Amino acid sequence: MEKRVLFRSTWLPWALLLPQLLIISIFFFWPAAQAVLQSFQVEDAFGMSTEWVGLENFANLLDDPTYLNSFMRTALFSVLVAGLGITVSLILAIFADRIVRAAMLYKTLLIVPYAVAPVIAGVLWMFMFSPSLGVVAHYLGELGYDWNHIMNDNQAMALVVLASVWKQISYNFLFFLAGLQSIPKSLIEAASIDGAGPWRRFWNIQLPLLSPTTFFLLVINIVYAFFDTFGIIDAATAGGPGQSTSILVYKVYQDGFKSLDLGSSAAQSVILMIIVVALTVVQFRYVEKKVQY
Amino acid sequence: MVDRRPWLTVLSHLVMIVGVMIVAFPLYLAFVASTHTADAIVQSPMPLLPGAHLWENYQAALFGSGKLGSNTNVVHMMWVSFVTAIVITVGKIAISLLSAFAIVYFRFPFKMLCFWAIFLTLMLPVEVRILPTYKVVAELGMLNSYAGLTLPLIASATATFLFRQFFLTVPDELVEAARIDGAGPMRFFKDVLVPLSKTSVAALFVIQFIYGWNQYLWPLLMTTSEDMYPVVIGIKRMLAGGEAAVDWNIVMATAIIAMLPPAAVVMLMQKWFVKGLVDTEK
Repeated sequence: MEKRVLFRSTWLPWALLLPQLLIISIFFFWPAAQAVLQSFQVEDAFGMSTEWVGLENFANLLDDPTYLNSFMRTALFSVLVAGLGITVSLILAIFADRIVRAAMLYKTLLIVPYAVAPVIAGVLWMFMFSPSLGVVAHYLGELGYDWNHIMNDNQAMALVVLASVWKQISYNFLFFLAGLQSIPKSLIEAASIDGAGPWRRFWNIQLPLLSPTTFFLLVINIVYAFFDTFGIIDAATAGGPGQSTSILVYKVYQDGFKSLDLGSSAAQSVILMIIVVALTVVQFRYVEKKVQY
Repeated sequence: MVDRRPWLTVLSHLVMIVGVMIVAFPLYLAFVASTHTADAIVQSPMPLLPGAHLWENYQAALFGSGKLGSNTNVVHMMWVSFVTAIVITVGKIAISLLSAFAIVYFRFPFKMLCFWAIFLTLMLPVEVRILPTYKVVAELGMLNSYAGLTLPLIASATATFLFRQFFLTVPDELVEAARIDGAGPMRFFKDVLVPLSKTSVAALFVIQFIYGWNQYLWPLLMTTSEDMYPVVIGIKRMLAGGEAAVDWNIVMATAIIAMLPPAAVVMLMQKWFVKGLVDTEK
């Protein structure tokens, strides 16, 4: 799409673009290029000398069982976060869509977690489930279930998944509700006249028409699980016990800033960049397609 | 609804009430914890109803109680968070309005290259290039400064795309009319385009403010001096002493205080917020 009428000036567009180009060059392209460069180098811990090692950093990563484990854990984590988050929000949106009275009140209350910082969400959930003083852990114990996410890998994973889903429900919910409300009422009415009950209408009309929204949310939720959950994990489990909740982003931070293994951290960054670019391309192609019909 | 099924309406309300209760529970618990003494909370199970110490806990949180681990001044941290969030929000909106205007209303060499360069930044969050970005900011001497806290986070293109999308829907006749009236490009931008963009600006404001306020990883690395901690970092630092030594009542009071500004922005500007979300991402 292009404008028919354009302004003419040789210098003005550059002056207008200058602030943005300057900022993205200094704080985006320069560091991104550095990351790529560094991923092919090995630097000693004092930064005194660097050596060009080609693909060695990447090869080391692929040989490193802790990295491969982190990869698998990230995959599991994002599938759980996206799957649970999407299902729960869809159920909430379907019922919210039926409600006329008090709808605004429910909606407002459901939106609040969006405003909570990830790290605070992590603190809240860690507090609820803390084995020594958490309320939920206590009552689970009375029910005969022994909760201790500080010792138990699976429980730690469950905790960060729950906290992450909690924070993302508002977002998914708003999109599903908007999607449901944009389905033409006449369609629902017609189906209803043909004798389709609410269940039937959900499966045969609403759900198929929501599939673009669902796909979009799937990509967004996976990106969210990959990157925006850093604060949640840092506050709730700090990647532990062992490495059991250390997802890829957390490992980049641990290896780079805690262990000062710069080459490996950079190589991990590059792998992450490739993953995001792939996800974005998928999403973009889908958006392009959607614009056409 | 098309059909009247009272039981389904009742069920809908039930599902919503259960949903809201589960979603609100962590927040409720934080509030309850913020109204008790530290001793009451460490008893298991902690009380589930609010206690009588609300006022003193919030006072201690805001002005520093001097007790172990929680003597940082929250008022000052709130100020740092506020300035950071506002600079990120205003900065992003301002540079994005300008660059979207350039991309939509001018033809110039390398236009597509600029467009794609900006588009590329859309996909990579700062978390991915965290270490090299840290190095750049350190080399520029921007550690522990507002510039360091905000500029790297302004470097993303979401807002540029929202404005571009919007400008493309503005009718061409407006430019022609402005031309006939003798207005130059900047006059058109200031008097026509910016006023028309008010809704998008409001929507973006909400989203970017929350984004800026809730930043964690970047300020965690960037700030080493206590007077540059945003409040979100302050809370995490209070937990440093291990679970037993923490004054949970003060931590939770601080958490509630830290949540209030973004929560207020979301609730008061719900309409813009929803519009902004649905428009930016699609």
